[in-house]
Amino acid sequence: MAAAARFFIRGANSRLPVSSVGTGTSGSVGAALLQLSPRCSSRLKTQRRHAAHFTYQPDPVPTQYGETQKMNLFQSITSALDNVLSSDPTAVIFGEDVAFGGVFRCTVGLRDKYGKDRVFNTPLCEQGIVGFGIGAAVAGATAIAEIQFADYIFPAFDQIVNEAAKYRYRSGNLFDCGNLTIRAPWGCVGHGSLYHSQSPEAFFVHCPGIKVVIPRGPMQAKGLLLSCIADRNPCIFFEPKILYRAAVEQVPVESYTIPLSEAEVLQEGSDVTLVAWGTQVHVLREVADMAQEKLGVSCEVIDLRTIQPWDIETVCKSVVKTGRLLVSHEAPVTGGFAAEISSTVQEECFLNLEAPISRVCEDDQLLKPSQLLLVLKSTHSSLFPPPSSSQWRAARKRHFVDRLIRSASRWPPCPSASSI
Amino acid sequence: MLTNISNVLRACAQRNGAAAVMSARSYADFTTQATFEIKKCDVFKLDEAPATEVVMTREEGLKYYHTMQTMRRMELKADQLYKQKIIRGFCHLYDGQEACAVGIEAAINLTDHLITAYRAHGYTYTRGGTVKEIMAELTGRRGGIAKGKGGSMHMYCKNFYGGNGIVGAQVPLGAGVALACKYQGNNELCVCLYGDGAANQGQIFETYNMASLWKLPVIFICENNRYGMGTSVERAAASTDYFKRGEFIPGLRVDGMDVLCVREATRFAADHCRSGKGPILMELQTYRYHGHSMSDPGVSYRTREEIQEVRSKSDPISLLKDRLLSNNMASVEELKVIDVEVRKEIEDAAQFATTDPEPPLDDLCNHIFSNNPPVEVRGTNPWAKLKSVS
Repeated sequence: MAAAARFFIRGANSRLPVSSVGTGTSGSVGAALLQLSPRCSSRLKTQRRHAAHFTYQPDPVPTQYGETQKMNLFQSITSALDNVLSSDPTAVIFGEDVAFGGVFRCTVGLRDKYGKDRVFNTPLCEQGIVGFGIGAAVAGATAIAEIQFADYIFPAFDQIVNEAAKYRYRSGNLFDCGNLTIRAPWGCVGHGSLYHSQSPEAFFVHCPGIKVVIPRGPMQAKGLLLSCIADRNPCIFFEPKILYRAAVEQVPVESYTIPLSEAEVLQEGSDVTLVAWGTQVHVLREVADMAQEKLGVSCEVIDLRTIQPWDIETVCKSVVKTGRLLVSHEAPVTGGFAAEISSTVQEECFLNLEAPISRVCEDDQLLKPSQLLLVLKSTHSSLFPPPSSSQWRAARKRHFVDRLIRSASRWPPCPSASSI
Repeated sequence: MLTNISNVLRACAQRNGAAAVMSARSYADFTTQATFEIKKCDVFKLDEAPATEVVMTREEGLKYYHTMQTMRRMELKADQLYKQKIIRGFCHLYDGQEACAVGIEAAINLTDHLITAYRAHGYTYTRGGTVKEIMAELTGRRGGIAKGKGGSMHMYCKNFYGGNGIVGAQVPLGAGVALACKYQGNNELCVCLYGDGAANQGQIFETYNMASLWKLPVIFICENNRYGMGTSVERAAASTDYFKRGEFIPGLRVDGMDVLCVREATRFAADHCRSGKGPILMELQTYRYHGHSMSDPGVSYRTREEIQEVRSKSDPISLLKDRLLSNNMASVEELKVIDVEVRKEIEDAAQFATTDPEPPLDDLCNHIFSNNPPVEVRGTNPWAKLKSVS
């Protein structure tokens, strides 16, 4: 299978010099797919609502953690917080509007159950929320702070980076704010535009001392959130807001943890490694299916889960096996976390790589035209590919597969460990 | 006799249109101006207060009425269009608070500067935007005031700096604009607005300090509509006397539902600033009928009775209308004609906003940086290179 794929790719390479990629030539399936690539046209149509660009793929029902219940993402967060508040008497939850349940209903019922001294609202002051949370954590409470949208985390950036991250180090381990966990809704949601769609994980990974975790679904979210809360380091937990209602699966009712800094290989493959986190994992799973079906390319899909510190070993092992890597995220490409993964992998696995590492991320270049596009997407759906949701999804996926081919076709294939 | 003629003419007017009415009753019938008693403002660190007896002319009254009615209708139309999914994204409506925008504008000049938060449609209108441009911006079309790229929260026009999404972020910006005014010595000032929720942000206090230290000509205005999203002021603020929060900045608390009160207080504040005394803080006590945004029904944190009560007792447009009518400064028919005119204008604007084409694809990546020559930007499809021109 691998040999066949390489043959195919070699064929594609010979017929498609990179420069003529857009024009398309007849012949290989790759070229045909490239011809089908959506080209933005300025057709004017009445606005249409975009369907989600992915289908949520639920995890298999877990059996090792006891009884499970059907929950969506926000319910699994509520369940995790419920477990924490009942087992840890020092746990407190605070943030804007958490008392009535939160704007995404993640804290529904907790105030009634545990009291207003444990689940309370803060005024509108992110810097104050995080600073206050650091103080509470240092003094021994398990502080779970909510920032209403990840886009609003920037007033608190100084507190996180300069205070929370460095507390243990600068006090020589005398003090620490390991009890602090910050939760924030994260990522594109379709109508969010500039200030309700950002994915700021890259800003925080640049700072040693904090952990950044992003789940792909309810079952993962509960386990990872409980791990973050239990972890002795300040953690930022980003929750993909588009999945709050869309992602439904069976989640254990009792408390359980999923280890941090461990990536998960969702499906094994031999030709290319695809790495993503959060919502994008589901997109890549569909891409992997499409690549298998249309190109016979076998993809290994990895969910990174913990962004910082990330599981370098799992990703590198996979790249050694496949020889090709594609990282995808919603945040803009420049300075996005894919750049860090890319850099590390090429350092560790240079001789195993058969093609340059590809990053498929929200476009950027300059001042986040991705946000511009999100604004436009929410109001100008006519600018973007075909109307019906399945066609639109198909077009997006073709884009990914095109990138796969492109990254694969850049270099002539060389013998890798798996072919010997 | 005169009455008969006027009746006939009025009947004609109702069939034909607006213009005839003005001639139905002669100017002698209307009072050209009247003096009104307005509520006294609470003051903080001030020896004087704004006047409590104010004069309003008939022209002014009709202008305020026209402007407030336009704003009210525009917001209600936006509500309608949003529910029809013609407007997408976020939409924060200003109905109920019209007296604030109109009163402030009445006391400053168009050469002065103004900056506000996301509930900005009203201010865009008073600062010089047309209803057409505003509605087209809401629907994201090329005729929009920000070329369709800004949306509800990002509307701008000359001397109006928006339209800002992040809560409280516009306040330091306002102080900066005021610094530019002082530096350039042009006797202009900056009106810097924020809400009761934003009043608890740290950057506001930083701005108070800088403005006071450097005696910047800035009027800080807190539009206290009693709810920061869903949180009432009592639950969010240790001190709900927002006009005293400046501590070393003099303050005024003003009835924000009365356009004359707001105008008088703003006049007072503007004089204060222009005389070089530094910043001043105003709290406008007002109310919004809609929820925080279109996704907020607005009734989960307050009762319908409360909204109804404010609507019936303190609606700014009704207050002004009563004043005009009871002082014989306008007639019911005249105001009705204005209503009809306004409705038509809004309908036309909505029609334009719905049918205007969306911005061209070439515009997609423009104005990211200021660049010369044009720069290439990668599109969502990596083989679609888009040009960015500035």
